[in-house]
Amino acid sequence: MKLPFANRPRNLGWYIGTRLPAALLLAFILIPIAALIFGISVSGFFAGLRHPLVGPALQLSLSTTLTSLTIIVLLGTPLGWLLSRPKGRFLHWAELAIQLPVVLPPAVAGVALLFAFGRRGLIGAWLDRIGIQIPFSTAAVVMAEVFVAAPFYIQGAVAAFERIDRNLIRVARTLGASPVRVFFRISLPLSAPGLVSGAALSWARALGEFGATLMFAGNLTGRTQTLPLAIYTAMESDLRAAQSLSIVLVSVAFALLWAVRGGAAQLLARDGGAMRDRAELPPAERA
Amino acid sequence: MFRFQVETTVGDLELGVELSVSEGPLILAGPNGSGKTSLLLLLLGLMRPERGHIAIGEQVLFDSSSGIDLSPEERSLGYVPQEYALFPHLNVFENVAFGLRSPATRLGRTERVRRVESLLGEMEIGPLARRLPRLLSGGEKQRVALARALAPRPRALLLDEPLAALDVGARRQVRAFLATYLAGLQLPAIVVTHDAADAVALGRQVAILERGQVVQRGTYAQIQAQPRTPFVAEFVSAG
Repeated sequence: MKLPFANRPRNLGWYIGTRLPAALLLAFILIPIAALIFGISVSGFFAGLRHPLVGPALQLSLSTTLTSLTIIVLLGTPLGWLLSRPKGRFLHWAELAIQLPVVLPPAVAGVALLFAFGRRGLIGAWLDRIGIQIPFSTAAVVMAEVFVAAPFYIQGAVAAFERIDRNLIRVARTLGASPVRVFFRISLPLSAPGLVSGAALSWARALGEFGATLMFAGNLTGRTQTLPLAIYTAMESDLRAAQSLSIVLVSVAFALLWAVRGGAAQLLARDGGAMRDRAELPPAERA
Repeated sequence: MFRFQVETTVGDLELGVELSVSEGPLILAGPNGSGKTSLLLLLLGLMRPERGHIAIGEQVLFDSSSGIDLSPEERSLGYVPQEYALFPHLNVFENVAFGLRSPATRLGRTERVRRVESLLGEMEIGPLARRLPRLLSGGEKQRVALARALAPRPRALLLDEPLAALDVGARRQVRAFLATYLAGLQLPAIVVTHDAADAVALGRQVAILERGQVVQRGTYAQIQAQPRTPFVAEFVSAG
């Protein structure tokens, strides 16, 4: 069949040269995920989830990531706000340093945490003297997660705060609002979509945390064995359990990705914006 | 009477301005980069001058020799920035009510509602109370921004290019509205503009700012009769 003139590729070599590599890479990424999801029957999936490793790991992953996310949001929001403003040399340096965990190999993060909080570590030795031992505890899991995941939230928060029109802040001040009130009434609501997507990205990173946790917290069922570690352990005994758990993590990761890619922003906007606008337009303008 | 004398360096601009503004707007005109917006920020307390004195009547807002420096929220100056800067997540009513919740103007709920509604009525934008800013026309935004600035009963009003964001048709209409409204207002006001038509319509007094300095001041007729710099000559020829 002859292609219509407008759709005929003008340069076949260029056409193939761009489409083929793109298709190859796309397939390479999608095939393993498809294999993971379609390589198990529904009953097999639920049987895998009944493996004794699954329950405690699921519970531990949920509780530790929610704890680390809370810590990251509570401490990271003020930091992100400070970094978004005109800053001195110290904060410039801090902004760079805070991004380090993103590029650091997780195993290195684990070793670093051991040197800081291990029994003979910089702070750990001192903690040990007053009877606190962090390594190989649930607290260590949370610390590893905070360490690797915090930069993602902070980065999102800085970008969200930087996007706010400075004139809004200025006007709010002239209207008698203190810096505290400006933050809660103007800066925070306007940066909410960015903060939510930063938190989702950060949560995804914490949920997948493996290397630093293994080095710093170990792999103890019910205490430090999170979902990724349980998958690693299950691989040796029950492949089906590993597969089921992986499917759970893929689904969660996909939901978080959706949240990051504007799903959260859309939800927030629809809730507070579009619907309200429409309802308040006079009927003639509503169509 | 709003009186100020400020000196400071902003980037590579040496700003040194001494002016007094009584009731009825003073037009502040000048080329881009002459320091008009910076001057407003200095007066509002959003930038700090190196030296100077700013006062409204008896109240000193800033005085470098005695170390007085009121924060922006303590100065009670009404400000309408360029492009209006309405709070995009608050509707018209909430925008106007924003300044009525500060400790200085603490009003009860009924008084607050009454104040906002009367301002919206004065500006003829009452029916828009529940609308979000992005659904407003330029002229409507301008009125909301003005109502918001006036709500806490400021002691002076500063408007930065209040008409620049409007298209030509709307500009004429809003200019006429502003002229009547500002003339009736018992407040010292400064209107920054680069449009001579604004000077003719809005102000009794015009001050021309060039490279951080006031090069000429007088009524529009006076400066038109004897322009002192090429910029002033060009400015008045366009009006």
